[in-house]
Amino acid sequence: MQTPATPDSALEARIFADPRYAALVRDRQRFSWTLTAITVIVYSSFISLIAFDKPLMARPIGGGAISLAVVLGAVMLVGTVVICAVYVRRANGDYDQRLAALLASVR
Amino acid sequence: MTRNLWRGAGLLTLLGWATGANAAIVGAMQRQPTNWTAIAMFAGFVGITLWITGVAARRTRTVSDFYTGGGITGFQNGLAMAGDYCSAASFLGITSQIFNDGYDGLIYAIGFLVGWPIVLFLVAEKLRNLGRFTFADVASYRFLQGPVRSFSAVSTLFVVAFYLIAQMVGAGQLVQLLFGLPYLYAITVVGGLMMVYVLFGGMRATSWVQIIKAVMLLCGATFLVVGVMAQVGFSFETLFARAIAVKTRLALEGGLSPAAAAAKGRAIMGPGGFIKDPISALSFGFALMLGTAGLPHILMRFFTVPNAREARKSILWATVWIGYFYALTFILGFGAIVLISFNPAYVDVAGALRGGNNMAVMHLAHAIGGNLFLGFISAVAFATILAVVAGLTLSAASAISHDVYASVFHKGDADPTKELRVSRITTILLGIAAIVLGIVFQKQNVAFMVSLAFALAASGNFPVLVMSLLWKGCTTNGAAWGGAIGLLAALALTIVSPVIWIAVFGFDQAIFPYSSPALFSVPTGFLAIWLISTLDRSPRAAIDKAGYPEQRLRSETGIGVHDPAMH
Repeated sequence: MQTPATPDSALEARIFADPRYAALVRDRQRFSWTLTAITVIVYSSFISLIAFDKPLMARPIGGGAISLAVVLGAVMLVGTVVICAVYVRRANGDYDQRLAALLASVR
Repeated sequence: MTRNLWRGAGLLTLLGWATGANAAIVGAMQRQPTNWTAIAMFAGFVGITLWITGVAARRTRTVSDFYTGGGITGFQNGLAMAGDYCSAASFLGITSQIFNDGYDGLIYAIGFLVGWPIVLFLVAEKLRNLGRFTFADVASYRFLQGPVRSFSAVSTLFVVAFYLIAQMVGAGQLVQLLFGLPYLYAITVVGGLMMVYVLFGGMRATSWVQIIKAVMLLCGATFLVVGVMAQVGFSFETLFARAIAVKTRLALEGGLSPAAAAAKGRAIMGPGGFIKDPISALSFGFALMLGTAGLPHILMRFFTVPNAREARKSILWATVWIGYFYALTFILGFGAIVLISFNPAYVDVAGALRGGNNMAVMHLAHAIGGNLFLGFISAVAFATILAVVAGLTLSAASAISHDVYASVFHKGDADPTKELRVSRITTILLGIAAIVLGIVFQKQNVAFMVSLAFALAASGNFPVLVMSLLWKGCTTNGAAWGGAIGLLAALALTIVSPVIWIAVFGFDQAIFPYSSPALFSVPTGFLAIWLISTLDRSPRAAIDKAGYPEQRLRSETGIGVHDPAMH
């Protein structure tokens, strides 16, 4: 079994009792599901747009060679990196600070 | 395989290019004259990685060393993940796809990238906080070890087997193509080197092989892109405009009217024939997106970093490098249209690429950097396959030694020395199996196998992982049997889909008309886990549910996390 050698049930009980624990879990969970939903919806829309309206996607932007499809594709690539950065920034910043403060006060 | 079969396989065949199998390489291929520059460059790469393996071997003493490599940073792990994920075939396949049809190549690339945020948001930090060596550590955390770990091991072997066959066959064909070596030599070299890396260097050597390969691939591709952009005055508008002009001229020479030729030229800027059937497209998209979060060799990489914080950073870096890599392949594809379309050294009179359908980026490398750079890019492509197969082998060996041998047979009390020995014996057996499978499947259409691996991972591992981490009602029976049902559903739907039912068994009509099962098999997996857990009235079910709050607390806070650098 993988359970670490020193399960500290007294410490765990104090964390459970702390309202900051419940608040942290709730906030982080809401944030991660929101971003998951955004990712799934945006990606599904992108695929659907390609599947249902190819002429729209092929339309040039500003009369040049670059089309809407190329712009949206680039936005998808950059957006994927950005949404990861948004999550990591908040999780490694705000959430980790709240967690550290919580653990420091119950230990 | 015949050209007709390729067309019949349609979407999946095309997808195989991007997913790591080598559809186009199988298609039309001529063996090249032996390329000594490429072989020398590759020998240099092998020399460096073997030296690293030697160093790693001296430091690989414990099971933890073997499985986790003693710990690396999030940045290093991100590079290693990118090295694990960007296959040679996606480099060659996507660029050639764009060279032929324009925009469509980008659609695959995006599908591969969007899996990473899902891994980050739903599983990465909890996985790191609870696990030690394999994702089964996490999936079975609060459950009866035997059933859940057995499921995980079987599922890992399925996913790895399909992924590995595709890579081995691809490797053999690629080496034949790039180096002019016979298929059998190529397969044996790949299988042998992969065994050496994993056997002696474990995760430490595998990580560094992947990191070095990622840096080589990114640098090589960047150099090529700079070369391309210098030719068009560093203007994307000029690049695309010239690509349209080239395609228009080709269409005119092909006998089309000026208006039709202009339309054909412009068509490369928009989506073409790749997505015909929206259900198949979405289903495949979901397999890629959710499958990434269930690939055992990717999940295993999270245990090489010390904590959740570094695990998150790994994914951000992996996403940055993989996204950058796909952006480069897009530019390279258009660069190839502009720079090699009218050069008889690269394209024959019929307009086909010399040396096979997948050679666009290779010719581009030659056009920009001459023979030396062609050799470098060829060596990078081969190194890429080695890095991917080493990661796959390590994850399968861990499933056997850690999940089956140590946890199921010995109930977690296995002698670590013996566990290490079992993982090394397994590595040798897997290496031999990989070589044999590579030979057996040499003439088969393996293009769909990587997409099948993604679909299996999305339908089995992914639901089990998500439900065990996030749903307190999940039980041992639910996870083990529900996961197995999801896995089997994906397998069964693939067998009755056109790519097997029509192309292999010769039936007229496929029972399941779509090219990827994920849109149906992933919900099946989730539903089965939910239903079996809900109906589970066994005494064990009560223990499973009671264990949730503690598991959740540890997964959220990182209390009791296993640091790979501590023994």
